[in-house]
Amino acid sequence: MALAIALFIITVAAVLFQFLTPWWLTPLASNWRQMDDTLAITLVVTGIFFVGINLFLVYVLIRYRHNKDRRAAYQPENRKLERWLILGTTLAIILLLAPGLFVYAAYLDTPRNALVVEVLGQQWQWRFRLPGQSDKLGKTDTRFVTPDNPFGIDPADPNGQGDILIDNNELHLPVNQPVKMLLRSRDVLHDFFVPPFRARMNIVPGMVTSFWFTPTKVGRYEALCAQLCGIGHSNMRAYVVVETPAAFAAWLKRQPTFAQTMAKNESGADQLLKQGKLVAQAKACIACHTVDGSPAVGPTWKGLYGKTETMADGSTALVDEAYLKAFIRNPTSRIVKGYAPIMPQIDLSDAELAALIAYIKSNAGAGQPSTTAQTSGG
Amino acid sequence: MYADLSPLHEPRSFLTKYVWSQDHKVIAIQYSLTAIAVGVVGLILSDLMRLQLGFPGRFAFIDANHYYQFVTMHGMIMVIYLLTALFLGGFGNYLIPLMVGARDMVFPYMNMLSYWVYQVAVWVLMASFFVPGGPTGAGWTLYPPQAILPGTPGTEWGIVLMLISLAIFIVATTMGGLNYVTTVLQARAEGMTLMRMPLTVWGIFVATILALLAFPALLVSAIMMLLDRLLHTSFFMPSVVSMGMQLKHNGGSPLLFQHLFWFFGHPEVYIVALPAFGIVSDLISVHARKSIFGYRNMVWAILAIGGLSLVVWAHHMFVSGMNPYFGFFFATTTLIIAVPTAIKVYNWMLTLWRGNIHLTVPMLFAVGFVSTFVIGGLTGLFLGNVSVDIPLSNTYFVVAHFHMVMGVSPILVVFGGLYHWYPKITGRMLNDGLGKFHFWVTFLGTYAIYFPMHYLGILGMPRRYYAYDNYQFIPGSAQTLNADITVIAFLVGLAQFVFLFNLAWSLFKGKPSGANPWRAASLEWQTPDTPPIHGNWGATLPVVHRWPYAYSVPGAAQDFIPQNAPADPALDDPGDLGQAVEGAKI
Repeated sequence: MALAIALFIITVAAVLFQFLTPWWLTPLASNWRQMDDTLAITLVVTGIFFVGINLFLVYVLIRYRHNKDRRAAYQPENRKLERWLILGTTLAIILLLAPGLFVYAAYLDTPRNALVVEVLGQQWQWRFRLPGQSDKLGKTDTRFVTPDNPFGIDPADPNGQGDILIDNNELHLPVNQPVKMLLRSRDVLHDFFVPPFRARMNIVPGMVTSFWFTPTKVGRYEALCAQLCGIGHSNMRAYVVVETPAAFAAWLKRQPTFAQTMAKNESGADQLLKQGKLVAQAKACIACHTVDGSPAVGPTWKGLYGKTETMADGSTALVDEAYLKAFIRNPTSRIVKGYAPIMPQIDLSDAELAALIAYIKSNAGAGQPSTTAQTSGG
Repeated sequence: MYADLSPLHEPRSFLTKYVWSQDHKVIAIQYSLTAIAVGVVGLILSDLMRLQLGFPGRFAFIDANHYYQFVTMHGMIMVIYLLTALFLGGFGNYLIPLMVGARDMVFPYMNMLSYWVYQVAVWVLMASFFVPGGPTGAGWTLYPPQAILPGTPGTEWGIVLMLISLAIFIVATTMGGLNYVTTVLQARAEGMTLMRMPLTVWGIFVATILALLAFPALLVSAIMMLLDRLLHTSFFMPSVVSMGMQLKHNGGSPLLFQHLFWFFGHPEVYIVALPAFGIVSDLISVHARKSIFGYRNMVWAILAIGGLSLVVWAHHMFVSGMNPYFGFFFATTTLIIAVPTAIKVYNWMLTLWRGNIHLTVPMLFAVGFVSTFVIGGLTGLFLGNVSVDIPLSNTYFVVAHFHMVMGVSPILVVFGGLYHWYPKITGRMLNDGLGKFHFWVTFLGTYAIYFPMHYLGILGMPRRYYAYDNYQFIPGSAQTLNADITVIAFLVGLAQFVFLFNLAWSLFKGKPSGANPWRAASLEWQTPDTPPIHGNWGATLPVVHRWPYAYSVPGAAQDFIPQNAPADPALDDPGDLGQAVEGAKI
């Protein structure tokens, strides 16, 4: 009896939960309304079965509970009933499957006029590349990957020279323009996922995968990695800014081409800084520390150098070279207020440490953090 | 079929009776205790992982490395070393010979070897907790390249030990599996036709065949990955730049591993589920005092599910980057599998219908299973339908789905089965009050844990995240929910220790059960001794006269007729249940 009551309450609670849930799809911002529709169809059909089966259990548990004066019916089979149940279920399954397959066919049918954008995943950051004047992305190969050429673009390919490179984690897209995302990884599996767009695909090193969607709402959306890629997985984030075509064109113009980037690199960029940036990537510092001011597991490096940090015990300290050196060498000796003491001790040579600190220092005067949200720790 | 007692290797000492035993019942208990012990490790790992998710950063020792190690080891332990080992090595070993009326497995020595090899696999796995760098944190799917590259914990030793342990485990499963299949086919008692076997045996039988077909795919992929890791071959490794370093690998395919893994991994779901289906059918029939409804369709459904399970694997890979046109095929096969699965659910419901339902502890677990399995099965229809899967893939919806369908549901059956057969194994009943407490905390707890989790997935919350700081699209309430789930997970975890206490306490203090406390008809309850002694059946093997579901037969003196009770033309249908069908109207 208690079980019947429990099942009844579970069924009622489940239905109520469905209507009252604070957690539901993020507001749709792409053309994939059909995906939401197939989800809704599936939810209704399966919901009917869920409620029906549980209520049937409730009924039989009460109606046919043990009674020592009664014997159970003897009924090994009922072929007719069984045939009807098979038929009914098959129909319900076809009803669920058919719309799903149609939507999937649309998902595979990329519009010809789609804007091509390449997403490059790497532990644990994103980069983006758009074709330049030639309308074709340059060929790539991991052989060509260097600190100056993180995309691995073939320098001999004329198409590559004009490629527009976004060497940070913010991609802009024009609203209402179909986009074909070409996905590439330098190291391990990743997955570029923007929940409000619904569409997504894994990124597999050694091959190019793709998907398409049309952003339909202006806004700034969070992109995240949705395929386990190591300890920095949860912090591999990016932003997609959907804006008017005019704003997009203006943004695009400000981005450097591959040729410009290479030229700049050759004209005496600070080797120490470059090395420091490399250390930050190789030692996975960037899994927890951003350089663009956005909050993460650890404090952002933007504007960190020269700042006065408050410690968990209430004391304060000026972030200078000595402070950084001491902290990185022994991360748990003091705790910065608002952060969990989870920074690991990382093996660094003195040269690496110096380069890293130079890099952190170079991010110092870069202005105020763009977001002011305080993190509450790891 | 084999009534000869001479090859039975009568135990002669403590060592051959309890340690190097060739008796299927002792081996079953050894398998079960080892699986339960390693399962406790898996349980503790899940609670540690929940601590980080519920209270991020509060527990300093759970850094990202540890978190991913806990996640990985929890998954692998629960799926392989607990559920697979317990259902096949534990339940399979104990029940097959008793249920088909055999004296033992047909290859007792190999059976013994199977257990000890399994134990070696467990030790190798556990050793990975103590090696430099700790166990692997690649996720239980062990996807390359990430599983063997820096940036993932345990790439030095952990992954190597994991792959070696899996290979050893597969050797053990193969030895056991050949045994179970041969025993079912060759050692059944007189009159025990295939269509008179209890569904428990059918479920374990087909699951074992699946294991024999599917595990080799895991074995080869484990060996190939070991070569990639140790000898720097490139089976699964394309050319990559890892942490700024150009590696020498070139030309391998990470997707090849995923295909091999899921060619094993999907049948694995049914290696766990089919024994559960079989056992729960028997529990429901016995405790509802009613013959299982639609026996023949139940058998066909098991066979159909087993067959189909070999051609659905790539539904785990809809967004993997494989040729996307495969999606049409695999979505279709996946949804077809829902039909035989639904038949099973209907038939459990129709078995309860017009029954005489005793809500004993095993029955509570069995009915609880039907409810949780329905949730898990129905959410499978979301994930199996490719376009619905795209936004849900790799979110908490997936976590909720597979825990409900192949975590919670099978484990409820494990519990139900243990409460049900414990009296046969020990001669004593498990404590009823503790059993009910265990049921209610586990059943309601798992609902509370996993039901809301589906909605986090619909929101888009990705799984396998160490922390969710500063994601604007995730509201603060999700963190509150995560904290609540963690608290409930701890309560459910604690309730399992009550169960373990019950297992130990009842061994000495439990109420003596007699030979057949549930008044069940199947053969294992008709042994001359309880617990059954070596050789199971005394001087003569049982002769089977009917199917195992002769409950509440009209005109019979009792509400059950044992399978080996003498034939009675007045009660038995000459054509077995075929005859009964036409006579019985619904």
